[in-house]
Amino acid sequence: MAFAAFATAEAQPQAPRKSSRIALFLLLPGILYLVLFFLTPLVSLLLTSLQAPLEYGDIGQYQYAFNWQNYVDVMTAYWPHILRSFGYALAATVFALLFSYPLAYFIGVKARRWPLLQSLMLVLVIAPFFISFLLRTLAWKQILSDESFVITSLKALSLLGPDAHFTGTPFAVIFGLTYNFIPFMTLPLYTALERLDLRYLEAGSDLYANPFTVFRKITVPLSMPGIVAGTLLTFIPAAGDYVNASRDFLGGPDTQMMGNVIEANFLVLLNYPAAAALSIILMAAILVLVGVYVKRSGTEDLL
Amino acid sequence: MAVREFAERGADLELVGIQKRFPGFTAIENLDLTIPAGSFFALLGPSGCGKTTTLRLVAGLEEPTQGRILIGGKDVTSTRSHERPVNTVFQSYALFPHMSIIENVAFGLKRRRIGDPLGKAHEALRLVELDHLAQRRPQQLSGGQQQRVALARAIVNRPALLLLDEPLGALDLKLRRQMQLELKTIQEEVGLTFLHVTHDQEEAMTMADTVAVMNKGAIEQMGAPAELYDLPKTAFVANFLGQSNLFSGEVAGSTDTAIAVDAGGARLVVPKARAHRHNGAVTVGVRPEKVSLHVEAPVPSSERNVLGPGRVLDVSFSGVSTQYLVDVPGHGTILVFAQNTGSGPSVGVGAEVWASWLVEHGFGLDDGAVEVERFAADDSTTSIAAQRRDDLVAELGEG
Repeated sequence: MAFAAFATAEAQPQAPRKSSRIALFLLLPGILYLVLFFLTPLVSLLLTSLQAPLEYGDIGQYQYAFNWQNYVDVMTAYWPHILRSFGYALAATVFALLFSYPLAYFIGVKARRWPLLQSLMLVLVIAPFFISFLLRTLAWKQILSDESFVITSLKALSLLGPDAHFTGTPFAVIFGLTYNFIPFMTLPLYTALERLDLRYLEAGSDLYANPFTVFRKITVPLSMPGIVAGTLLTFIPAAGDYVNASRDFLGGPDTQMMGNVIEANFLVLLNYPAAAALSIILMAAILVLVGVYVKRSGTEDLL
Repeated sequence: MAVREFAERGADLELVGIQKRFPGFTAIENLDLTIPAGSFFALLGPSGCGKTTTLRLVAGLEEPTQGRILIGGKDVTSTRSHERPVNTVFQSYALFPHMSIIENVAFGLKRRRIGDPLGKAHEALRLVELDHLAQRRPQQLSGGQQQRVALARAIVNRPALLLLDEPLGALDLKLRRQMQLELKTIQEEVGLTFLHVTHDQEEAMTMADTVAVMNKGAIEQMGAPAELYDLPKTAFVANFLGQSNLFSGEVAGSTDTAIAVDAGGARLVVPKARAHRHNGAVTVGVRPEKVSLHVEAPVPSSERNVLGPGRVLDVSFSGVSTQYLVDVPGHGTILVFAQNTGSGPSVGVGAEVWASWLVEHGFGLDDGAVEVERFAADDSTTSIAAQRRDDLVAELGEG
């Protein structure tokens, strides 16, 4: 687990072999759960993605086949959405990290002397969860709509052009994604920074490192497990998100992400194989990207 | 920035009127201290006496509330830690866990852009005989090895002033001795100024040229170890730096060369040159190894102070010496170390003995009559056993 990375660096004593049967027994509910609710749907999804339309059938009727052409079709039809998804998710992850790191640093390091302030700030970070994610995103739509006070004021001040919109633009979608995933970024960062031993920072300063170098060479590497966990918790769901980019929320026709086309194919076009193929592509792409990222950040042993 | 090059030699450290207040308490009261370049200086004191705070002030990790800090004649009071020509070996070592040993050691060199950091780091590791572990992580090393890495990491920078914050605290006795020796050798080889903070009086005495005994935020006495041991100025120093038998009383008479103190009926003579006060209420003392035991009343002489008769409360044998705890009525318990050379008397618990020491071995403290800190009889095994038995008897009696 990422958060306990440094603590468990020493070799664990070998568990006695006798308890392996008990361990297996204790693992059974978990294994059953995963088989039932993860493995089965995954296999079903994979099979669906290869289905072909039923001959002489209605729209939405498919039969099992090995129609890998589905993948080629969705790739050619939806490659801009695929790229857009990862682009938006990446931007949102970067913004969330830039926003959350100072916040987590303040809560986890600077506020250590005032435990009450620390708890209060943590509650404030988590507080948005008490209101539905959909409602909060709708609220932002209201706040940022063309007739809203914010936008009309900006227009009155000539900071925005008279025909400018905010909702429906890529900025609005990235803004929504960033906003919604900030707690997922802040909490792992806080966990890592809260355990940061300030004596290392003092040692760095004693060894002629200026505050910026101490941050770059000591604070950041020591909080790497939190950075990796936070960026994964933000990037993965953001890449698959279909709420923020939806036309009903902050998005527009030009901001559709993979989640939106999967939803449209599944619920509107009733093209189940296309939806399934897109889902598989999304999953595989995330898996590859995350794998490369974790390998590059040198934290594979920390996960 | 000033510290781009290696220090040519150690630098003087001067603390002028330093005061450090934390919310709620004062750690250091008006401290003045000068440490000459190239010396091995030890700040010795119990935990909470302000010695670590002093060290952190010098390193720049704390700011003094008042006063100035000068290193090599330059005022560094407002200079930040990374700009001071000072390195610290931390008590917790504080080796960066995400870097290999060699990266740890080269860290300071790289920050100062000194040429060939890795080569110099390897050289420093060879000095502490750990070059073969250069690629390991700190967590993979034992406590003693980590300590040596911390030392190499500090020394490699050739700071004008090296600060050691109880760096040997976590080591076992044998490794400690070995490291003490190594530190001393390194200090002599590279000629740096060392400021060593410790609560271990033996460590301070064996390693330092000058020892300052600190208590409650102030320096009680400062000097060469032998000087401090031989002529302690206060009761605190007398008992923190080794152990002492102390006696309080009024000066009853004096000659040109000595004073006589009436301590609980006994007449104890101390040379004037060895007494800080010559009249009024005074406290005099003698080191336990200077006291000899007699099984018969010694012949009174002007050269020896005699106390007794008393009774031996406890005898503990430790190989080269035997420690006796003698209860002398009117004077409390007296501690006596006798070398096991076969020449002195060997007595058992309960034996009637006299204690005596040469007049020239006594010393007079600067404190007035102090509440003399005794070697509580409760520390002795016999009295603890007796106490336990009494408690048991009382308990049984009640039941």
